[in-house]
Parts: sequence; structure tokens; C-alpha cells
Amino acid sequence: MTDTPVLEARGVVKIFGQHRALDTVDFAAMPGEVHALLGENGAGKSTLIKILTGAYQPDAGELLLDGQPITLRDPLHGQGYGIGTVYQEVNLLPNRSVAENLFLGRQPTRFGLVRRHEIEARARQLMAGYGLDIDVRAELSEFSVAVQQIVAIARAVELSGKVLVLDEPTASLDRTEVQRLFAVIRGLKAKGLAIIFITHFLDQVFDLADRVTILRNGKKVATQPLSTLNTTDVVRMMLGKDVAFEHHPSSLSSGARGAVRVQFQNIGRKGMAPFDLAVHEGEVVGVAGLLGSGRTEVARLMFGVDASEVGTFEVDGKPVTIRNPAQAVAVGFGFCPEDRKLDGIFGDLSVRENIIIALQAKLGWFKALNRDDQIELAGRYAEALDIRAANHDMPVRLLSGGNQQKVILARWLAIDPTFLILDEPTRGIDVGAHAEIVRTINRLREEGLALFVISSEIDEVVAYSNRIVVMRDREMVAELTGDAIATDAIVQAIAGTPQEVRA
Amino acid sequence: MTRPTVDLRPASLPPNPPSRPMLTYLARPQVIALAAVLLVNWLLFPGFFSVTWQDGRFFGSLIDVLNRGAPVAILAIGMTAVIATKGVDLSVGAVMAISGAVAAVLVTSGVSAPVAVLAALGAGLLCGLWNGILVTVLEIQPIIATLVLMVAGRGLAQLITEGTIVTFSDPVLIFIGTGSFLGFPMPVVIALVLMIAATLIVRRTALGLLIEAVGVNRSAARFAGLSANALLLIVYTFAGLCAAIAGLIVAGDIRGADANNAGLWLELDAILAVVIGGTSLMGGRFSIPMAVLGAVIIQAMNTGILISGFSPQFNLVVKSAVIIVILVLQSPLMAQAFRRRPSATPPKSGTPQ
Amino acid sequence: MNIIKTLALGAGLSGLLLSAAYAEGLQGKVIGFSQIGSESGWRAAETSVTKAVAAELGIDLKFADAQQKQENQIKAIRGFIAQGVDAILVAPVVATGWEEVLTEAKEANIPVVLLDRGIEGPEDLYLTSVASDQVKEGRVAGEWLVGAVGDKQCNVVELQGTVGSSPAINRKQGFEEALAGKANLAIIRSQTGDFTRSKGKEVMEGFLKAEGGGANICAVYAHNDDMAVGAIQAIKDAGLKPGTDILVVSIDAVPDIFAAMVAGEANATVELTPNMAGPAFEALDAYLNGGTVPPKFIITESKLYTPADDPQGEYDRRKGLGY
Repeated sequence: MTDTPVLEARGVVKIFGQHRALDTVDFAAMPGEVHALLGENGAGKSTLIKILTGAYQPDAGELLLDGQPITLRDPLHGQGYGIGTVYQEVNLLPNRSVAENLFLGRQPTRFGLVRRHEIEARARQLMAGYGLDIDVRAELSEFSVAVQQIVAIARAVELSGKVLVLDEPTASLDRTEVQRLFAVIRGLKAKGLAIIFITHFLDQVFDLADRVTILRNGKKVATQPLSTLNTTDVVRMMLGKDVAFEHHPSSLSSGARGAVRVQFQNIGRKGMAPFDLAVHEGEVVGVAGLLGSGRTEVARLMFGVDASEVGTFEVDGKPVTIRNPAQAVAVGFGFCPEDRKLDGIFGDLSVRENIIIALQAKLGWFKALNRDDQIELAGRYAEALDIRAANHDMPVRLLSGGNQQKVILARWLAIDPTFLILDEPTRGIDVGAHAEIVRTINRLREEGLALFVISSEIDEVVAYSNRIVVMRDREMVAELTGDAIATDAIVQAIAGTPQEVRA
Repeated sequence: MTRPTVDLRPASLPPNPPSRPMLTYLARPQVIALAAVLLVNWLLFPGFFSVTWQDGRFFGSLIDVLNRGAPVAILAIGMTAVIATKGVDLSVGAVMAISGAVAAVLVTSGVSAPVAVLAALGAGLLCGLWNGILVTVLEIQPIIATLVLMVAGRGLAQLITEGTIVTFSDPVLIFIGTGSFLGFPMPVVIALVLMIAATLIVRRTALGLLIEAVGVNRSAARFAGLSANALLLIVYTFAGLCAAIAGLIVAGDIRGADANNAGLWLELDAILAVVIGGTSLMGGRFSIPMAVLGAVIIQAMNTGILISGFSPQFNLVVKSAVIIVILVLQSPLMAQAFRRRPSATPPKSGTPQ
Repeated sequence: MNIIKTLALGAGLSGLLLSAAYAEGLQGKVIGFSQIGSESGWRAAETSVTKAVAAELGIDLKFADAQQKQENQIKAIRGFIAQGVDAILVAPVVATGWEEVLTEAKEANIPVVLLDRGIEGPEDLYLTSVASDQVKEGRVAGEWLVGAVGDKQCNVVELQGTVGSSPAINRKQGFEEALAGKANLAIIRSQTGDFTRSKGKEVMEGFLKAEGGGANICAVYAHNDDMAVGAIQAIKDAGLKPGTDILVVSIDAVPDIFAAMVAGEANATVELTPNMAGPAFEALDAYLNGGTVPPKFIITESKLYTPADDPQGEYDRRKGLGY
């Protein structure tokens, strides 16, 4: 390792609209190192990668290659400078041969003719270098994803050869395939390439990477050698610590809670371990876990978005059937989905209609809420949640993210719910609205509602949960109650130990 | 047990705009367009607005416009609901042919007229249901799903009529196409009744709002507990029923089922009527009366061309030119231009963040 | 056989059957017939008449429906060649793209007769083509009107076929030729009714309104009977008597126009005979049995029918032909 980073970003800023996706971030990749890039969704990983490879231009800050400032027009330009990228989905031509994929666009020619035999010989040689003895004339699609991934890496290395960006390359590989890929990556590292590695699997980070850079909410939290860190430290840095909600209020630990409102028994489906859970009146069950741990899947099963293949649902002690959201709404469930724009709001419909739509769906087609009812309901809940809109007939898409989130919350409060599921209720909304949502959750709990709240903000979960369920690898692995609820305990539960995860 | 509700402070409502006065309806581009087309017709043919009473019915070019526009208007009523869900139904023209064929073949083979009419309407319902099943259960894109019946349906109608024009003399069927009620042609009466009934049904029940919700965001509709598939089935079936009614009218009008030509390309006129009526092909907000108005505009144009005495080679050019003008008039760009003019309503304040 | 005979007679075949010149006739000959499809009543009638005539002559007719696709026709013709038929009848769906397959037939020494429509290409690729003369059809209609009106002043309205189609262009031309130089006859309005009944009715309604409720109109000329039937209904709706207040003349001679004649509501129609196969078989008989090469273009008769020609009988005879 030399002291000059092969690729460096200094103080880069990227702004989308009013949202700072990246806020003065420094990043440096040294030759001969595997540098992991970690962060939850929306932390700014992919934005940073796109700046490093030339897909985005930074709004401020600079990019240096071997210590020299450069400007990358586009990824192809970046490739010319030796920066190659391999994505999770193999980005090659499945119906062309391995050899053609390796040399596409730069086939060795003689007198203008493609030297087919030369291509194949060189391809065979190249793949042998990666420990693969395969028929390079066969179509790419005939091989496993792992082999395709390696072919993609080989092509990227051939084309660039200085910096290799691997964006979640292991997401669709099994354990042995991962090891095979890692062997290839270690080989490249030994040749002096700088490798930037993005993944959600912490154990792989500890297995492969030398250093880690952690991003959170568009800011860099730290860059450190992994030898100085353990899993818990990494999780803590990823999930962060917000001073506003540092302490778990003791009132939540008193243990006093109402009757069981909803009970899930042995609910699960393929790819999601069955779980049991009871949520009480006046209780917030918080969910902690990293992205991909199965937290959203649990919510979808509860609400019937995905039908559970086994198990039973009970509401107030009576068994109910929930195989689709309409049935869930019928028994008084509400769900504020993670992707507000895609699954939540009706952009072109008015604020008023967005608020009353779930109640109207529950009432059925023929019991229409008349205009006066609608105005009254919308007014009542907009007031209660402090939804700021010029008037309630304006399209909801014109509202800010925080106000849209409150509209969806109002929609569910309007049905007088028994049980409310909130999936990342504070994501992507400004600080003021954030605090309001948290206050609202507390208020709803005090008023006796049963809530199930998913959040990446660990301090936030601590601040309003009576009980916390920790998820890892699509399984509920721990449950913390009362005084056991503390940021550190949760972080440890999420992290597990590396050995445990790998077993 | 205590019901968990939010702390409800006395609500001080933000002002909702008062319901719009009639004047703004009259200022809509569609109404202006219709007035303009009628004016041009009058200039081309001074007797255009003259309506006389003859043989117990109104008689005149204006009545012709309504009468000839009725089948497309009826198609447009069903099409509006389909398009509001972000779908489209290309098969309505073919369903018209099927409906007419079924009715004609049944009455000529001695079946009583009411049974034949019910059978034709039933055939339309089945066709619509078929489209709905393709769209919901098999999740085929509406344009492709209904293209199937657009092509196959006409063939089916030709099979029913064995390729010939099945002429009939049944008074009931003929009455549907050419009779009159209170002096107005039956097709006009049927279209009007259907328009009012459909508008009342979608606006007095929650169907209208739910259809719009599905059209705006089908995924969000599912998350909000709507049965989007049931709604889509209803909407496509309704479009099939409307097409069957239009098919009966067209068959009754010419006293025969012409499987080759009945309803040919009318699905496009119906879609055009809906679009002229201001309903977006992207789904969402819809208005059935405005779609009917769109159909009347199209027919006023057709009638105008007929009586103008222009050579028929100009028909399509004139028609498309007028349509372009109408669509430009109601484009968002023009709407903005209109809004910039000083008006009674103050400009909306910016959204607080 | 009785029904078929009736049909054959109905299609005006009696002359043909008597004129079979050669002793062997076409008895037992295998003839392939590639039909366009069944897009109209007339087409269906052509198919059923062809089958009836072939049966009467003892021809083994191989029938292939192309469903409006040239590739199907080419396939069918290749099939006929492979079967070694004695002759092939084709009603070509389009005018171009026939050189290759017709050359194959020529090399196999199989005579090809085109029915109803012509093709572009060398004339030696086919034996003969049997078709009507569309200009003549229009002329016959026009001449009838000229005769019927006499010296009276007469304003004519015209219902054209589909804009740009050859029957619309030719039937308009023939009609105008017949009216040329007649100062008392004028075509005052002309619009397309797309050959359909409903458009015919709609356009006629417009004409009636525009011309003083029909007072200025003395006759309507429709490029086909379907439009005429629609126009008749429009005239009745306007409170006038079609056939009396406004003369109705059209082309095709489909059953429904005879029904209108029976009711006194139509005055004349010019037949587009569905019996294209009759003259074709006649030419083939002469060619195969006598070696006589027929003329390149055989024009069918454009016969005029008026209420004097037993419209009820014509209606009954034609009803069974699939119109």
C-alpha cells in the first residue's frame, strides 16, 4: 500500500431538489485494498458510487485519480480512467458466448476481421486466471449467476484495471459461490487493484474488507480499518444515535399494558421464518433490524399484502382471516407503507379524498360518505395531525413528504383502527415533521392504540417502543422489554456475533 | 372499552372553495368547442338550427347530431369508466357487432324481441366480463387484453350472421333504433338516461372515487384496502353492456345486423370522446357527462362535414384539424395560459413545507 | 341436386349450362379455387355460386379460404400445383406479388383464371381474368336514370363508396359519363357512405336536411345497394316516399334491394354477378378440351334490374346464396 489513494473524493455534495443526498463526504480507495461501503437505504451509498464512477457529477467537491483532479463525464469516461463497475444484476448479454461478452466492442481484429480463435484462446486464458475452466464458446446464460458475476468482473477488470466497484455482487449467490467470488476478489487485491465493495451482509464485510466507510443520512460517519472494529460498532454507526431520543422513557418500562388486541400465531411464508406476536392495547412494538432482515416482510404478512401460508390471526380474541389488505382493513388494521409515493398516496386525488379513502373502502361502494362527511373527517384529522395544506381540495402530490406521511396516517386514524403498522414512518421527511410523527406515535399509544413500528433509526425506536423485536436473516431473533430496551442492547442483538452469523 | 381516537380539538377548517358557479362550466374548453363547431355548421348551412315537429317527433339537423352521436356517446359512457382506471377497451366496436348479430339472428329465427334484446345485452355483459377477467385475473395489459376481443369479436359476429347482413322487421328492435319518445329519437333518450343513471351511480355511491383511486395508483389502492380487481371487473363489464346497447341501436337503426361494419372503428371515436371530455388516458379524474359532450362534438363535426358539401376527400383532414384544435385548447399549457389571466379566484398560496 | 339447380338458375346460369360446347365438358376435372375470404355478402354468394356451378358441371372443386391473406393464397396455390389439379381459380386479395407462384403454375402447365379482381404483372402468367366492368356498372345506372327522368329537371345526390377505392372511383365515373351533356340532370351533392348501410342512412339524412327536407332532391344514386337501403330508411324517416318522391338507383343487386323494390321503395339496381365462375369454367372448357385460348379479359354482364323484373322472385332466388 502506498500513501496516495488511487481514487479519492473530497468534500463531495449532491443535492436532489431540496434533499442533500450527499453532504460533504470524503472517501478514498487505496491500491491493494478492499474498501467496504456501508449504510442503510437512503444513506447515500449509491449516490457516492455514481459520483465515483462518473454517472453523476458532484454539486461540490472534487474527484482525484492518483492524486490528480479529474472530471468524469459518464461511466464510459470513468472506465477509460480505469474505474470499472459490476452490479448485482449481471449486466452482460446472456445469449452471447462468454468469449464474446469478455471482448465485446474491442474484439482483436486482423485486416478488419474478428479473430474468433484468438478471442476464444484469450478468453480461456483469462478465465483460467480466475480459476474457471469453462467452455468460453457456450452462451453466458448457461452458467450460474456466480460464474456470470465473475465474467462480469473479468470484463470490468480487463476494461479498467485500477478501481473495481462491486455493488452488492453477492446478493443472489449461495455460500460456496460467495467464497469463490471472494477468492477472485482477493486475487485482484493482491494485484494491486482498489476494490470498493458494497453489501448488506456484515459478516462478508469482516471476512473480506480491509477498511470500511459508513454513511448515514448522506453524511460520512467514519472510515476505519476493520481490525479496530467489531460488528456492534459497525451496526451502531450505521443506525446512528440521535440526541433527541437518547433515553428510553421510564414510563414505557412500567409494564402496565392493556388487553391483547391482535395476535399473530405462526405467521410466515417461503423465505420468512414463521413468527408469533401479540400486540396489546396501548402498546408500541418497535422493530429493529438492518435492511433485508425481513422487517418489511413481517409487516406485509400482517396486513395481508403477502398472504401467510400458515398460521392464524386473532383480533380481540376472535379468529379472523387476513389474506389481502381489504380483509385487514375490514378488521381495523392500518398500514403506512415504506414507499409512500408508490404504495401510499394517490397523487392526483385531493387531500380530503386521500384521508377518507380507506374508510370509504371499508364502508363499501354503496355507503358513500357525502361531501359534508368528507369535509368534516378530513378537517378533523388534518387538524389533529397538523397537516398543512392550502386547502383540502388540492392534489396531495403538491404537499411536502412529511405532510403526505401525515395524510396517510390520518387515512388510517379515520377508520378508527385497532392496530396500526408503520413502516419507516419518518424516512425522507424533514426534521420538524420527523419529531411530529414521533410525538404522534406516542400520543396514539397513550390513547390506547396497538402499534407496530419499523424504523432504521434505532434511537427513535427506543424512544417510543414498549417492546422491541429484533430481526436478523428474516427471523425474529430477540425481544427486548422494559429496562432491557437500550440502544446498545439492540445493536448487539442486531449484530449478533460474526461467528454466529456465519454458522 | 375506550376507543383509541386522536385528541380532537374543535376543528377550524381551512377554507374549501365554494362549489363552482355554472359560469365556469360554460367556460370549459369542451363547451366552447361545441359552440364553435355548431356556429361553423350554421354558417355553412343556415337551416342548421331549425327544428320542426313532423310525424310526432322533432326533426332537424340538431336532432340528427344527437341521434347519430348517441351510439358513440353510449360507448363513451362505458369507456370513461375504463379509462379512469388507467385502462382502455378496444373491443367495444366488435361487441356492438356481436350484440346486433345476436339480436337480429334471434328475432329472425322467431324468438320474441324482449328475449333477443336480453340475450344481446347478456352477450355484451359476457364480453365485458371476459375483458375484465383478462385484465384482472391474468393481469394482461388492457390494450392487449381487449385487442383480443376487438379482432376475434368481429369474427364471432360474422360467424353468427354467417357473413351476411341479417335484415329484420321486428318492431321492438326497430323502435330501439328509430323510435321516438316525447318527440326525441330513442337513441338520444337511451343515451341520456344511461348518462344520468351512470353519473348518479358513480357519484352517489363511492364507486366514482374508488375508480379514480384505482386509476391514480393501483398499488396504493390495494394498500388502502380497496378491492381493485372487483372494481375493474365491474368497469369492463359495464363497458361491454354499453357496447351491447349501442349495438342494438345501430342494428335497429338500419333494420339489420351488419357484422362487417357495425361499430367498425367506433372504439376509437369513443376513446376520442372521452379524451375530448377531459379524462386522461393516464387514469384518475373522469367525467361521464363531459365524455358524452365529447361524443356530441365529434358528431357535430361529422354532420357539419356532411352538410357542408365539401368533397369527401376532405373529411378526415377537417376532422383531425378540429380535434387538434380542441386538444390543444384543453392541454395543460393552455390551461396555464388561461389561469394567468386575472380571475375571480385568488391564486393559491404556496404549500407550506 | 334440385336445390343446387335452383341456385344455379337463380344466378343466371341456364345459358351457360346449355352452351357447354365440348362433349366431355369439365366432368371429373379437378379445379382449385383460392377465395379471398367472406368479408361481404357478395363474396359469400360468389363462393356458394361457384360451388354450385362446379357441382352442376361435375367438377371436383378444391376450395381454399385465404381469410384475407395473400400468403394463405400463395400456400393454397402451391398446394393445388402439388396436387396436380387441372386448373386454378384465384380471386386475388391484392394486385401485386403474384409473379413467382403463378410462374410455378405456368411451369406445371396448369391454367390459372383470375376472378373478380386483376393483378399487376405479365399477362402471360394467367389464362384469362373474369371481372365486371365497374365503369360500365355506373354507366348502366346512369343511363337508366336518364331514361327514367326524361326531360324533367332532376337534382341527383350521390352516396359514394369508400374514398379512394376502385369501385367508388369507377362507378362514379361511369355514372357521370351517362349524365354528361344532359342539362336537366345535375349531381348536387356527393359524399361517402363507406359502402355501409348505416353510413348511407346518416349521409342521406344530412342531404335531406341540407336540401329543403328533400324537396330539392329527385333521385339518389348509391354506389352499392347497402347504402341505398340505408338511404331509403332516411327518406322514409323524413316523411317522403322513396321510389316515388325520390328515385333510388344503385349497384350490386343484393336480395334486400329486391325486397325494397317489392315494397316500391327502390327503382333500379345493376347486377354485379356473383357468378364469375360460370364464364371461367366456360373458358376453361374451351381451352382444356378444344385448345381455344380465351380473350385475356372476360367482362361479365352488368344487367339492369327494375321492379318489372319480378323482384319477389329475384329476392327468393338470391336469398339462399349467402348474401
